[in-house]
Amino acid sequence: MDVIIIGLLLGGNYAIMAMGLQLQYGVARIMNLASGEVLVCGAFGAIWLFTAYSLSPLLALIGVVPAAFVVNWAIYWLMILPLVKRAKTQGQLEVDCILATFGLSFMAIGILLAMFGGEFLAYSYLARPFEILGQPYSLNRVVAFLCSTVLCVGLYLWLHHTRAGLTLRAVSVNPSAAGLVSINVARTSALAFALGGAVSASGGALLSMFLTFDASTGVMFTMKALVIVIMGGLGDIRGSIIAAFILGLTETAVATYIDPGLTLAAAYVLFIVILLVRPEGLLGRPSS
Amino acid sequence: MPERPTLSIRDVTKRFGGLVAVNGVSFDLARNEVLGLIGPNGSGKTTMLNLISGALRPTAGTICLDGKDVTAAPASEIAMNGVARTFQIVRMLPSLTVLENVAAGGVFGHSQRWGSELDEYARNLLSRVGFQGAGDAMVSTLTYIDQKRVELARALASDPKVLLLDEWLAGLNSTELRTGIALIRQIHGEGRTIIVVEHVMDAIRSVCSRCVVMNSGTKIAEGTPREVLADAEVIRAYLGDADA
Amino acid sequence: MQPRPRGFVQGLRATLVLSRAERRDVIVSAALLLAAALLPLIATDYWLSIGISIASFTVLATSWALFSGPTNYISLASAAFFGIGMYMVGAGLPYLPFPLLVLIAGVAGVLVSAVVGLATLRISGVYFVIFTLGLAELVRQVVAWAQHVMGASSGLYVLISISDPTLYWLLLGMATVVYLVGWFIGRSRLGFALRIIGNDEVVAVHCGINTARAKVVLFVISSTFASVTGALLAPRYSYVEPSIAFSPFLSFEVVIMALLGGVHRLWGPLVGVIPFTLLWEFISSKFPTQTTILLGACFLLIVYFIPRGVVGLLEDLFRQRYGALKALFKSGGGGRA
Repeated sequence: MDVIIIGLLLGGNYAIMAMGLQLQYGVARIMNLASGEVLVCGAFGAIWLFTAYSLSPLLALIGVVPAAFVVNWAIYWLMILPLVKRAKTQGQLEVDCILATFGLSFMAIGILLAMFGGEFLAYSYLARPFEILGQPYSLNRVVAFLCSTVLCVGLYLWLHHTRAGLTLRAVSVNPSAAGLVSINVARTSALAFALGGAVSASGGALLSMFLTFDASTGVMFTMKALVIVIMGGLGDIRGSIIAAFILGLTETAVATYIDPGLTLAAAYVLFIVILLVRPEGLLGRPSS
Repeated sequence: MPERPTLSIRDVTKRFGGLVAVNGVSFDLARNEVLGLIGPNGSGKTTMLNLISGALRPTAGTICLDGKDVTAAPASEIAMNGVARTFQIVRMLPSLTVLENVAAGGVFGHSQRWGSELDEYARNLLSRVGFQGAGDAMVSTLTYIDQKRVELARALASDPKVLLLDEWLAGLNSTELRTGIALIRQIHGEGRTIIVVEHVMDAIRSVCSRCVVMNSGTKIAEGTPREVLADAEVIRAYLGDADA
Repeated sequence: MQPRPRGFVQGLRATLVLSRAERRDVIVSAALLLAAALLPLIATDYWLSIGISIASFTVLATSWALFSGPTNYISLASAAFFGIGMYMVGAGLPYLPFPLLVLIAGVAGVLVSAVVGLATLRISGVYFVIFTLGLAELVRQVVAWAQHVMGASSGLYVLISISDPTLYWLLLGMATVVYLVGWFIGRSRLGFALRIIGNDEVVAVHCGINTARAKVVLFVISSTFASVTGALLAPRYSYVEPSIAFSPFLSFEVVIMALLGGVHRLWGPLVGVIPFTLLWEFISSKFPTQTTILLGACFLLIVYFIPRGVVGLLEDLFRQRYGALKALFKSGGGGRA
């Protein structure tokens, strides 16, 4: 039973990670292979603020989120937009973005290594036990889970009940049609990209409460976020949330009953199964 | 005994989520017939062609090619069985030469050649469709009608049982139009079976022996061009109630 | 009546008929190959070691480009197959002779790449890239777990010594095989199919091409070269560890070199391998801690400024100059028309 609860707690935290990529790939159509690094930057930001200023990571969010937003906006305008203008086909754009964000992720890793060195970083915050159904769980995981939930719900409501959110969803469904109804697609894509980055970074800050990070852990997060987004289906947040829980549960089960070293293998198996059985994802729109 | 139709469409339906693009359409295509598939914009004609060529899979209904059920077959298999098409917006292979573009149709599909035989075959096809430029020219340098000729030659290269022309005459001026119509008649005369999707009524009248009219996904009329274009329902579909 | 495709022998003969330009290319290539083979006889140990790097990366990058060039699918799986090959040798050396293990490594490469290709190439290129991104890490985890379960340590001793010159000539032989395979494919129907797919996949499908199968075949060929190369290089490290065999940097370096040179010509990657290897040698000795940043910077430079590789740049330049010359001649030489 506790496997299930741990799995759900983990899943909830993964959801935030995937949310960021969902915004960037689903709306802005940019496959951002550096999203894991953005998450790690968010985590390092929280770690630094905690160790240097004893600032609670929940408060650190106030600083991390806007910073990540601005940085990602800049990345979109300076790095991505030239590629968008240059690409003649969507396929070419995807390839260019993959390579460019790759390069970016390397540079980010290098910068983090230079700034923080290569050791694993973690801190202890809210490491007290918290009881659910008679079993103790780490309070920080529960708090992170609750914060992620609040963020996810907030994001969902924003996307589905505000005009700005509608604009984003319109662009994700059909960019050229959105342009025809006078939506500024470039600006909306930049907004989605920046928002996605901010969300990823906040996910990192929350995860830093109970996970250890070093400069190179970004890749694993990128992979998991991608698996979740693809499993859940592009363009629908609810799918990603469900997929995140599935991944969290599967990973926890594999770690507990088989081997903790096979968590990535578990994610991969899920990925392959989805690709073979339902490539558009759980809630995705099937392409005819 | 009547010959088996080359193409048999039975109750074919195609849904895209809530939108029904093609709704229970049935018709037959006899050998060496030129069938016109007409209807106002958005009536589902191109979707119908996509269903026949295998680019889309029908939600319901069956499609039989020469008696063989190809409803669920992927496009490459349908091509191998003898269906070739041109596209509404010409699809060239930009990094290949004119000759290679034509040859592409004759290597993997219904009719397979290679080497010098392929080369000669492609050149013959190019001259048959009236292309007079150099075979090693790049397709990006061609005029629009020449690109259309190349695309037609590519479709013919596979020696198809059924040739689908998707608004092949669109975008041509009056001289080119006359040449184009003559070309279609010439191909028909060589024994081809063709489905023509068109908006140019002159072409329909002079080329097609039979027409199927679609509107909002359903078939609303079938018959000779003269019958069909005089049908009140068809006129209403194109022009609205006032002129019926 | 439908002509059937020619018999294999006739087809082979047709493939071997060369035009005069092609005969010239073959002679030049043979001469270059001969020159390259002389390296171990004249070079110092240090330069021979660099020669081995260049030769192995040439095999890896050219075989990578065989697949990723025409299809535009970026495969980041080179490290996975390289590692598989290396581990086949490392694990099997106490029991089986080295040449047989190299063969087994090749077979393993075929099997794994077939599974990966069939699973991911039917869908979209993006998913393929993502999958290959983590493939090396996945294989590494599975191998480490398997060894842990079997009670073995994760590192393997490779106790066979193959001299550097022998290794160099073996790799040169591999490179020749890669080029021959690439050349044959280019003149074959598979090569034609791939060019069509790379131009417009919708047209390819409507021409009767089974695009999924073509991509998978090419992916298998490309990946098998990587696993055989890994097997060949195993003796170079007396102790093989997962982090060496499945080094993620390998995949990225292969991609950079191939893209830098240009993937649309068979000899493109070679043009990228040589300068990059030399440059990297210089950088990693002068700036050992900044290699990651510089690797990233290289990616960015290539994506933004040399998207079609050096070969593409040269061809554009040549076309401009040649085009200008042509115009010059047409207008009667000198002066404006």
